[in-house]
Amino acid sequence: MLTALYIMLGLALLLGVVLGISALLFKVEGDPLVARIDAILPQTQCGQCGYPGCKPYATAIANGEADINQCPPGGDAGARALAELMGVEYKPLNAEHGVPKPKSVAFIDENTCIGCTLCIQACPVDAILGAAKHMHTIIASECTGCELCLAPCPVDCITMQPIAETPDNWKWKHPVIPIVAMPAHGSNASL
Amino acid sequence: MNSIIQFATQLIRGHAAAPAAADVHKFHGGVHPNGHKLASTAQPIAKLAIPEKLVLPLRQHVGYIPKIKVSVGEHVLKGQMLAEAEGTLSAAIHAPTSGTITAIGEEVIPHPSGLPDMCITLTPDGKDAWATLTPVDWRNTDKKELVASLRASGIVGLGGATFPTHIKVRADGRSQVHTLVINAAECEPYITCDDMLMRERADEIVKGMEIVKFLLGAEHCIVGIEDNKPEATVSMTEACKSLANTSVKVVPTLYPSGDARRLIHLVLGIEIPHDKRSTDVGVQVFNVATVLAIYRYFAFGEPAVNRIVTMTGSVNKPQNFEVLFGTPLQNLIDAAGGAKTGTTHFIMGGPMMGFDLPTIEVPITKAANCIIAATPDLFAAPPPAMPCIRCARCADACPVNLQPQELYWFSKSDNFEKARDYNLFDCIECGCCSYVCPSDIPLVQYYRYAKSEIIAADKAREAADLARERNEFRLARIEREKLERAQKHAERAAAGKAESAKPENAAPEQTAAEAAKPAAMPAADDAKKAAIAAAVERAKALKAAAAQAGDAGNQPKETVAESKKPADKKPVDDEQAKKDKQALIAAAIERAKAQKLAAAQAGTTPKNVDNVSPAVQAEISEIEAIREKAKQTADTKDAD
Repeated sequence: MLTALYIMLGLALLLGVVLGISALLFKVEGDPLVARIDAILPQTQCGQCGYPGCKPYATAIANGEADINQCPPGGDAGARALAELMGVEYKPLNAEHGVPKPKSVAFIDENTCIGCTLCIQACPVDAILGAAKHMHTIIASECTGCELCLAPCPVDCITMQPIAETPDNWKWKHPVIPIVAMPAHGSNASL
Repeated sequence: MNSIIQFATQLIRGHAAAPAAADVHKFHGGVHPNGHKLASTAQPIAKLAIPEKLVLPLRQHVGYIPKIKVSVGEHVLKGQMLAEAEGTLSAAIHAPTSGTITAIGEEVIPHPSGLPDMCITLTPDGKDAWATLTPVDWRNTDKKELVASLRASGIVGLGGATFPTHIKVRADGRSQVHTLVINAAECEPYITCDDMLMRERADEIVKGMEIVKFLLGAEHCIVGIEDNKPEATVSMTEACKSLANTSVKVVPTLYPSGDARRLIHLVLGIEIPHDKRSTDVGVQVFNVATVLAIYRYFAFGEPAVNRIVTMTGSVNKPQNFEVLFGTPLQNLIDAAGGAKTGTTHFIMGGPMMGFDLPTIEVPITKAANCIIAATPDLFAAPPPAMPCIRCARCADACPVNLQPQELYWFSKSDNFEKARDYNLFDCIECGCCSYVCPSDIPLVQYYRYAKSEIIAADKAREAADLARERNEFRLARIEREKLERAQKHAERAAAGKAESAKPENAAPEQTAAEAAKPAAMPAADDAKKAAIAAAVERAKALKAAAAQAGDAGNQPKETVAESKKPADKKPVDDEQAKKDKQALIAAAIERAKAQKLAAAQAGTTPKNVDNVSPAVQAEISEIEAIREKAKQTADTKDAD
């Protein structure tokens, strides 16, 4: 009787120590949920969700302050992925926050640019290159298409250009099987 | 995994020791489509005339787009480099004949998308004059130099994959290749370019094999030929006698035995793990045409300017042609006697893996091993796809041992992660599954769709990761700048406080001010101190003077102004001048007071009429008169 008690007590202590050590050893830094939500978000950093970037929106979702359908660049697929991760019902995108657009990059008309640096300050990913009173230009490969540079431009020299299809980024399409009207055969009719 | 490779290596070593004993190792699956090869092997290879215009797409190989080295209007010689390989995985492009560059711009390229891409247009001058060619003495040259020179040759895999050849022979010593396999299987229906090449130029091919064997440091060489090419087998066996440790292995006709991994399995019995390359097990595979191009390059210095193309199908004279890169497809069709009536479209590559050309206005590129004129008789339009009946015939036919039916479900339902888990990317798109499908489902199209969607999603994720990183860096930078600014403000505020405290209470604050100041300029500090002391002295004297005058109203202001004055004035002179000024001000105030008093007594506003010229005085009196009149009228109005 006592032996059994001692064994159980010993086991409990041992497991307690193991758990305590592993809690210290494998401590998770930061909130893993925020990081997982952030991984789904498209990182456009456009702020259409009403938060100043993707991470703040992810934090808001994790805290239950924001809904999962506020991210137009993420599209329908993004909303579905968020719904699955959060274990909530899927909701279609909230049109209040904008509608999904084809992926574009900003383009600066270099003849009009006056070099005011306002767009440089607005760019959330530092994808605009330039200096005061010098012409600015967009690093297209790093532009997320957030459109945040459009509003501050005093001469409206920035336009959004949809990314054109080239043999490089061309994708095979989902096979489409054309529906052909079959001539009505006599034999078929008799069946 | 390593043990598997070691075992496999031992296995081939064992085989190589006794090649005669080794039999052909059949791979799983495969299909037997009708060959249709006889039509184009009746005639020898013909050389196609130089066309009026050559259009050379920059995208002719797997990898990065090469960098253009010429400009419009430039005259170039045959074999001159037009575009230089850029990045590791890239290949150069050379002028196929001498002539003038007439355009550099977008033209439709032979690509399943049918989209235009950057091309160099060359108008031949008809002289076909070679540039100075430099043959390479490969036996007495460093291997690294040879590989570097091969990079400038523009040679890519001519079997259709167009993988830059210099990558395949790179002499970095990472993996020891001991067996070179020459791919002469040519398993796809209709294609006969390698067959004809072996029949006619076997000796040159074997010379190329010798070079590649040397470059790779391979001990053995095996040529794998399908048994439907007996003439080629005979000529290759004859030619191979001159090369040590080389044998020709006849493999049974079975599509897709021309796939590199399938051929290695056939001739060596090695199955390469799906995440490894053939070089990891010590085997490298080269196509016969590629080997021949390497020989021509080292022996004569000729870069890649032409290739053998099979023109077959619904044409009057199906034949193999030696075609310059960039030749319009129409010239090839005309050389083959023109397309028969009823030809609907043209297929580039074989009927199993090739694609329909978007238009006839496309040039022949390095990838074009075969052009088939298609008619509905030869290639009947696929009947409408029926539902999958789960018969698993596709799984039986799959040479890669995949589960095509599962991949089909996942691809069709956009369940891409699952498709990837089922090794979608091991699919070689050979088309065996579609060929056997009793429901006529275009399975390969679904796999291509899923693959390109997954690749696009991966690229988007990479871009998102980059954006996240850059955004985080930007936020960190803004935060850092804010802190720096705050720190600078604090420093400046502290310094300003010390400065302003000094003149009021010089003696006790001096030490604090000194401590705050940088110790680098003691001399300047001393001069400043002396000036401050002088200013304090002056202020004291002024205060005393003001107290004597008994009129404190204006005094403090004066002292403040005084303390701001430059300190280089002599204190004694200063004091004297001050006293004079003080007296003047006092006198003025006295005057003003007297005037005010007089005005109050007279009932009029005070006027500053001292020391004014008679003209001004007259003016003043005039204005006074007008004012008086106005006052009177106003008074009469009030009375009304």
